[in-house]
Amino acid sequence: MKLTESFSLALSNIWNSKMRSFLTMLGIIIGIAAVMVIVGLGNGMENYITDAFSSIGTNVITVSVTGSGSSKTVTEDDIYEIIEDYPDWFDHVSPTVSMRSSVKIGSDTYSRTSATGVGEEYFDIYDYEVAAGRELRYMDMEKRENVCVVGCYVDEVLFDGQALGDTLRIGGKVFTVVGVLDQIDDEIDEGGSDDAVYIPYSTAARLSYAGSASTYLVTTDSDDLVDAGKEIIEDELYEIFRTDDAYSVTTLSTLLDMMTEMIDLVVLVLTFIAAISLVVGGIGIMNIMLVSVSERTREIGIRKALGAKERYILTQFVIEAAVTSAIGGIIGILCGYGLSSLATKVITQMLGETLNVVPSTMSIIVAFGASALIGIVFGYLPARKAARLNPIDALRHD
Amino acid sequence: MKTPLVEFRSVCKTYYMGDDIVRAADNISFTIYENEFVAIVGKSGSGKSTCMNIIGCLDVPTSGTYLLDGRDVGQMDKNELSEIRNEKLGFIFQQYNLLPKLNLLENVEVPLMYAGVSKSERRKIAKEKLEMVGLGDKLRNKPSQLSGGQQQRVSIARALSNHPSVILADEPTGALDSRTSREVLAMLQDLHKQGNTVVLITHDNSIAATAERIIRLADGKVIYDGPTADAFKDEHVGGVGA
Repeated sequence: MKLTESFSLALSNIWNSKMRSFLTMLGIIIGIAAVMVIVGLGNGMENYITDAFSSIGTNVITVSVTGSGSSKTVTEDDIYEIIEDYPDWFDHVSPTVSMRSSVKIGSDTYSRTSATGVGEEYFDIYDYEVAAGRELRYMDMEKRENVCVVGCYVDEVLFDGQALGDTLRIGGKVFTVVGVLDQIDDEIDEGGSDDAVYIPYSTAARLSYAGSASTYLVTTDSDDLVDAGKEIIEDELYEIFRTDDAYSVTTLSTLLDMMTEMIDLVVLVLTFIAAISLVVGGIGIMNIMLVSVSERTREIGIRKALGAKERYILTQFVIEAAVTSAIGGIIGILCGYGLSSLATKVITQMLGETLNVVPSTMSIIVAFGASALIGIVFGYLPARKAARLNPIDALRHD
Repeated sequence: MKTPLVEFRSVCKTYYMGDDIVRAADNISFTIYENEFVAIVGKSGSGKSTCMNIIGCLDVPTSGTYLLDGRDVGQMDKNELSEIRNEKLGFIFQQYNLLPKLNLLENVEVPLMYAGVSKSERRKIAKEKLEMVGLGDKLRNKPSQLSGGQQQRVSIARALSNHPSVILADEPTGALDSRTSREVLAMLQDLHKQGNTVVLITHDNSIAATAERIIRLADGKVIYDGPTADAFKDEHVGGVGA
């Protein structure tokens, strides 16, 4: 007897009890679909984050200096010197100082408007262009000028488009608006990238009593140099501090890696939970196969009397279980696709952002393989029971 | 000369039922030759079912030797038993034992399938056998759509499909009315006349009378083995003796 015949026999047996077969498959269907959607969701999130990061620029290195564990200090000039020593690697550098004080215009306080002390190259790093007036300059840093460049939200909404030349206050100091930036976000919004005020880092450092900036943004000439650049900065800072507690150098790619890792972990845990339903589905298959064996005892007896070897009966039942489970797997994969595209639509509608839920080919192959394997594993016990039936007793069975 | 097909040499079969030992077959010896029509007769509990199971290679003797077509069945493992059943035996059961979900063609094909015959060849043989038993117009019907007599004819077609050495009919008329019983018995006689070896197992003397030779069992022993003509005289003797 050929294997193909066992398959067609299995298929016709499954077809003969459609409803029962479907119910048996249900556990597998749900399990496979759940695994696919979860893995797809994880992929979608990773893609989304990668896209979001690459739009910011992946050639940016963030250097954060705390000085903890060391008596040494590092000033802006030290950092500038390090960067200038490697002109082939680095492109731009800018200290940044986040201001805690709110921005005040007249008697109104705008707590959501961000105020940041930056270097003159900051605007080059992010490709910000001025729409009117000028950018911050080296001389502004040198002289600790009380000047500022504002985002277009600040100009249009807070100053009614008349910001240039007007003044605002940060931490009690009065700053003159010398430039207005082009729109950055697709829509200008309170608290967005356009709702920002930039002042010279030197002025900001003094205002925040820190004395010097603690964070620096450095860009490399190309994305490929990011890792090398990161190492250079780390080495140079270690030379100064002699301890790696005093600073941290991160790139968007390390941040990206961290986030991807976290998503992967969450996906793994969720997949594991979903996989439990696959096991439950397998037990369901075993259960039904056991029922099927005792229902078909007489048939097994007849077949054995007519010359079926134990091996044939075993193969027939194992294949039947595996085919049931594999069909469940295929239906599950189709459901997984359906649910994935539904999830894509729902999430896109809810977030207003495109997040594609894409089940990976790998997850589909693994899911299908797992479902067939579950059938074989959980079908084996009932099949062995069937194969070992004594033909005389089986023939007598009603 | 006549070839011995079924040879029982001091065959014993004992079962344990709790602490009791039941001797279902107690030192049975007989030989059935090619192209014989033999009825094995006995009341229930006489050991005829045990005999039938051993002849049918569904069971092996506890002691003694059973040779089927010269091969020692007692030494065979389960797989070899399956093989020899498939190759040498054609079963006709009281309850027909057709597979309800398969149509007639597929039912007749089952033994051929396990013998490894190709699909087209199987189809051809099954069709031929079904036509032979007069069911050529119902090839695609399910067994449940047939009468009892027709179902038994299907099982005869199935028994013939793999050209068995021995056709083993276990109470073939037990579930049939007298008219269809006669039809089925006539068919067995025809098979015998065509050169087949037929072993009929029954409790019914009138059915057994169809055969040429009768082996009568009681309490696991052979109490008569001879031509049908003399059998009923002995039946009285045996009856009194028992």
